[in-house]
Amino acid sequence: MAKASTGTLYRGREGMWSWVAHRVTGVGIFFFLLVHVLDTALVRVSPGAYNAVIDTYKSPLMAFGEVVLVAAIAFHAFNGLRVIAVDFFKGGTKHHKTLFWVAMGLWAVVMVGFLWRHIPNSLGGIF
Amino acid sequence: MADTTQTAEPASKVDLPAHLGGGGGGEIPSFDCTFRIARFDPENDQEPHWEEYSVTMYGTDRVLDALHKIKWDIDGSLSFRRSCAHGVCGSDAMRINGRNRLACKTLLKDLDTSKVITVEAIKGLPLEKDLIVDMEPFFQSYREIMPFLIPSGNEPTRERLQSQADRAIFDDTTKCILCASCTTSCPVYWTDGQYFGPASIVNAHRFIFDSRDDGGDMRLEVLNDREGVWRCRTTFNCTDACPRGIQVTKAIAEVKRALLTRSLA
Repeated sequence: MAKASTGTLYRGREGMWSWVAHRVTGVGIFFFLLVHVLDTALVRVSPGAYNAVIDTYKSPLMAFGEVVLVAAIAFHAFNGLRVIAVDFFKGGTKHHKTLFWVAMGLWAVVMVGFLWRHIPNSLGGIF
Repeated sequence: MADTTQTAEPASKVDLPAHLGGGGGGEIPSFDCTFRIARFDPENDQEPHWEEYSVTMYGTDRVLDALHKIKWDIDGSLSFRRSCAHGVCGSDAMRINGRNRLACKTLLKDLDTSKVITVEAIKGLPLEKDLIVDMEPFFQSYREIMPFLIPSGNEPTRERLQSQADRAIFDDTTKCILCASCTTSCPVYWTDGQYFGPASIVNAHRFIFDSRDDGGDMRLEVLNDREGVWRCRTTFNCTDACPRGIQVTKAIAEVKRALLTRSLA
């Protein structure tokens, strides 16, 4: 039997795209945690090796990677709270779009605060 | 002298925007628009392909009228379901411009007719021909939630009374016409055909919260399954797609909460 899909994208709204982003950031964070557990466990093997590995992170590429990481975690955290609110609170489903934009507002505030410190720090590290 | 001049009755009582010729002399304006329809012939095709049709339509027309015009005047092989054509029977759910809609309730004046309008079959059910899908998996999960009154005790000699407040609890979910717009708009349902889907949960909700019904526990047990309400990821596609305006995601959330409070009690 043929699949009904012709390959076009369903035009969902905030709910669908926040769910897609939640999945993508969730899987991304999972892979980060794998690496994070490995490099942190290295301190038990040898503090020298640990320092050497952490030093390689002081590059513009990794500084950018950290921005992506914090953005993904902050999104996943705030959207996760929104999903909980939608599931558990009476008015949650009615106001899910407002809740989404509130979560995005909080995300933006966290990102501004983080970048405020992170950009000078990472630039200071390079130059 | 008595004033005998009468104001002319407008031909159309629908207010049309100017680009569709509204505000003119009262005649129903016509315009050309192009439809891109996903065609699939099970005897010759491996997968659906797009075909374009240009038709002259009127400002009061719906997408279903355009499909009729194409079928009756251009290509008689175009296949789609429709029965009442007035948004009651739920036969003509299809994906119009990327969103699940009933073709008979989608007015052309609400679409951007300067662009091509895409029409394709609903997603997640086996495609049979053109815009027709096999609805059997959909009705199978509908039957599983036991969509009928399950009373207990002796049959009363008079009506089963219900207060207005008790009725209001499930009023929203009585409106379902089983068109499958919600179920086939659900990203979970596309990838996991075992999921009961929004429509089944809506119809379970209609009886679970009915004070006259005593089968609520059995239905909650069915929906407590791995493939039951817990599969819902609250994408709200179903709520946006419902042609009857049912708050589908809200109904699913209420069933989830009923399951939680039941296990706590």
